[in-house]
This record gives sequence, structure tokens and C-alpha cells, in this order.
Amino acid sequence: MDFTLHVWRQAGPDQPGHMELYQARDISPDMSFLEMLDLVNEDLEKQGIEPIAFDHDCREGICGMCSLVINGVAHGQQPATTTCQLHMRHFRDKDSIYIEPWRAAAFPVVKDLVVDRSAFDRVIEAGGFISVNTGSAQDGNCLPVPKDAADTAMDAAACIGCGACVAACPNGSSMLFVAAKVAHLAHLPQGQPEKRRRVLAMVEQMDREGFGHCTNHYECEAVCPKEISRQFIAEMNREYLKAGLQAH
Amino acid sequence: MEVAHATHAEVAAQRQPGRVARTLRSSIGSKTLMAVTGLGLLAFVIVHMLDNLQIFLGQERYNGFAAFLRSTGPLLWILRIGLLALFVLHVGAAVKVWRANKEARLEPYVFRASVRTGYAARTMIVSGMIVFAFVVYHLLHLTFGLTHPELFALRDPAGHHDVYSMVVLSFREWPVTVSYIVAQVLLCMHISHGASSAFQTLGITHPRWLWLKQGFGPGVATFIAAGNIAIPLACWIGIVQPGTGA
Ligand code: HEM
Ligand code: FES
Repeated sequence: MDFTLHVWRQAGPDQPGHMELYQARDISPDMSFLEMLDLVNEDLEKQGIEPIAFDHDCREGICGMCSLVINGVAHGQQPATTTCQLHMRHFRDKDSIYIEPWRAAAFPVVKDLVVDRSAFDRVIEAGGFISVNTGSAQDGNCLPVPKDAADTAMDAAACIGCGACVAACPNGSSMLFVAAKVAHLAHLPQGQPEKRRRVLAMVEQMDREGFGHCTNHYECEAVCPKEISRQFIAEMNREYLKAGLQAH
Repeated sequence: MEVAHATHAEVAAQRQPGRVARTLRSSIGSKTLMAVTGLGLLAFVIVHMLDNLQIFLGQERYNGFAAFLRSTGPLLWILRIGLLALFVLHVGAAVKVWRANKEARLEPYVFRASVRTGYAARTMIVSGMIVFAFVVYHLLHLTFGLTHPELFALRDPAGHHDVYSMVVLSFREWPVTVSYIVAQVLLCMHISHGASSAFQTLGITHPRWLWLKQGFGPGVATFIAAGNIAIPLACWIGIVQPGTGA
């Protein structure tokens, strides 16, 4: 298969960027999107052109490192799929493909398609943890967890923190990410002691990072490779208000 | 940009004084303010529509109701001030959120696409602004009587301010009717997203109440638009005739 790629190139954080045109030739339909870019990069290197920088790590759809807005959709059109798991057979031969970085003020471009997602790390540092004394591991069965709570916590914990929700949101809001991280601990017994402080700290860190306000477009849910539900956002809204307004 | 770090202990210590103001100033707080005031405005819009549908019951009934409203005196003023406060808070929060959201996404995508969101959701600020402009015009038209002073001066046989004939006769002018209908279409769009959105903002997750976040917005918006458009339309095409004395 052959493709015409329109790729965002940007030399550095404070440099102006622009779309550049490249040809991808002899692409196998069984290649992943990232493998296609690897081939294009090999080609560019042969021509003495700086290869396209993009993020990736596991290439198994579990680490959350890959990104890319493909034809206007974060991780591409294929639902519930990360870019590394997106295969070229979902495109048509001779297609034009637009490839852009995650766009959000809180995710500044580092280079080309690579953005700085450390704002997410700071949100996690603000409260996305439980405080326990370390030591030998407790027996798993001495902490009963109701089945439905475990299921809900697991649904939320499926979030790989890729940032597609922010990229897709017309407001650059990270509510789906933060809500998932708040919820997966809030549903488990281990998360109870810090439940209230957690939601306050994480939401306020999110605001400080310059993410936008959710206006319920649900674009985040639509692109999420792990299909995190918008219900977690509603839950976080409620928990934040309760925690914020209640007296100590 | 220097990003401050907040630990659990700091958050807890900092919060006590002014926690309400602080909560309401946050992103979720601003949205909550918008949701609560929006639902307040929605309640008013529904009641206001039901009041005005009495125009189909004739001049006496309609003018009698108007006279009753005015006879409530201070109560009416409390309602008006409350309504104004809802409006000011709603628009204030909306402008704040809208501006913050523009700042959060400075660079647009070259290739723009959306998967789930709709036209109404993307144009809330525009439909809101147009509704705002309409409300100003509507008050000048029917409350202050500045656009049609000759109709505002009409009296019915009982000697009351003839609200009924004023409304019917002003909708005989097509630009007035058309502007009312256009405004109702925009209000319908605004409410169809807004009324469902508000319940998501307020944190509804119980399966029993999910309909509030889904069909409710479009449903209530259509109901309001149908009722509110019926009035100018019926006056314009002559289903409702001017009253005696006019
Ligand atoms: C009778 C008039 C109005 C009614 C009944 C109404 C109702 C609502 C409701 C129920 C919401 C949902 C809040 C939420 O998502 O949590 C909303 C949101 C909003 N309103 Fe209004 N509103 C009115 C007038 C206005 C005006 C005059 C403006 C002018 C700026 C405005 C701007 C907005 C904006 C920007 C939003 C947020 C949009 C979003 O969530 O995407 N509204 N409105
Ligand atoms: S590279 Fe790990 S999820 Fe795509």
C-alpha cells in the first residue's frame, strides 16, 4: 500500500512548526501505524532528512506511551485501539493521512509529534496513590473487596494515561484521565482513608496545570483506547463538590 | 511555568478558610455554578412558557393573569431579582469557562474531526450570546414597552394594561415574529445540550437517573421550543385575534 502523509514537524519546543508532506511506499497492510512510520523514517534517514520524532514504548497497547492524532482523531478512527495497535489494513491504498501531535496547552510539543505529558505525572503525585507502611506483603484474602467494587475499580484502572482524552477534548480537558485515577482508588477499601483529600488535590493540580474545563462533549470517551466511561467524570464531579464543601 | 506542588497535608490545611469560594472557583465549581443556574433558568423558562400559553385561552384570562402577577408586588420583585442573579451568574461562569477553555487549546488541529460531540454542544457560547441578546430585546419589547409604545398604551375593557392585544398585534409584524422564532430555535439548541449536560456536571451516575443525562435535554428543549414558537406563530397567522378594546 502507498500513502501520502502530512506530518507535523517542529524542531523544538519554542520553534514554529508546520505540516510536511512525505510519501510512504510499499507498506504492508499488516504493519502497525508505528511500523509504517519506522519505514518512512528509514527512508528519510537515507535521504539525509531528520527522522520524524514520535513516542512509543511497549507497542502492545498497554503502556500509554504512543500518541498521534490521525486524521483528526486521537489514536485514529479505530475504536478502543492505541496507535501502536492500529493496523494499516484499516486505511485505503493511496489514502492521505494527517498526523499531528496531541494538542493542549498543558502538553507542550517537545519535538515533531512528541509532547510533554509530565502534567499527568504531577496530577498523580498530588494524590493518585495510597499511603501504606511498606513491609512484607499482606495476605491478599484478608482485605475483602466486593465483586462489583473490584469490577468498577478495574474498569477505571484500565486507564493507561496516554492523554488521548486531552487531545480529543475541544477544551483540552483531562477530566477523563483524572476521574479514572480518582475512581480506581476510591472504589477500593485501601483508597478510603485518603478519598477526600485525593480528589481535592488531584482536581486542583489538574486546574493548575492549565487543562480546560469539561463541557460534556464526550469526545474523550469516544477515543479512549481503554473505553473509560464518562460516568467516572460525573462521579468525580460529585466527589469533588462533596469533599470541597464539607467542613473538616 | 512554575507549577506548584500540593501534598495531601497542605491541601487539607489550606482549605478550611474560604472553602466554599475556593471550591466554586475551581474548574468543577465553575461548571457546577453554570449547571445550577442553568437549571434554575430552565425552570423559569418552562413556567414562563406555561404562563404564556394562556394566550390561547383569550384576552380576559391572559390579562387577568398579568394583573395578578403585578398585584403580587414585592414577591414579583424578589423573583425578578433572583432571576437576574441566576442570569448574571450563569453568563459570568460561562464566559470564565469559555475563556479558560480557549487558553487550554491554543493551537487548532490542521485536520479537524469530531467523533461524538454535536453542533449544539460546540456552539453553546454562541447560542447563549444570541439568547442573551434576545432577552434584552424581549424586555424592551414587552416589559418596558420601548419598541412598540403605541401597543404598550392599549387598555382592555376592564381598564387593565392590555398585554394580550399588545402581544397579538406586535406579532402581526413579521420581523418581530421571525426574531422570536429564531431565538427559540437557538434556545432549543442551548437547552438540548445544556439540560442533559447539567446532570453530568452535578454528578448523576445512578442507572435510574441516567435518562436525565440523555434524552431529557433534547426532550425538554423541544417541548419548550414547540410551546414558545406556537405563540408568535398563532398570532401572526391569525389563529389568535386581538382583543376587544384594541
Ligand atoms: C434562558 C436562558 C438560558 C438557559 C435556560 C440556559 C441553560 C443552560 C444549562 C442547563 C446549561 C448546562 C450547564 C452544564 O453543562 O453544566 C448551560 C450551559 C451553558 N450556557 Fe446557558 N442557559 C441560558 C442562557 C445562557 C446565556 C445568555 C449564555 C451567554 C453567554 C449562556 C452560555 C452558556 C454556556 C457557554 C454554557 C456551557 C456550555 C457547555 O457546557 O458546553 N447560557 N446553559
Ligand atoms: S506503545 Fe505502549 S500503548 Fe502504544
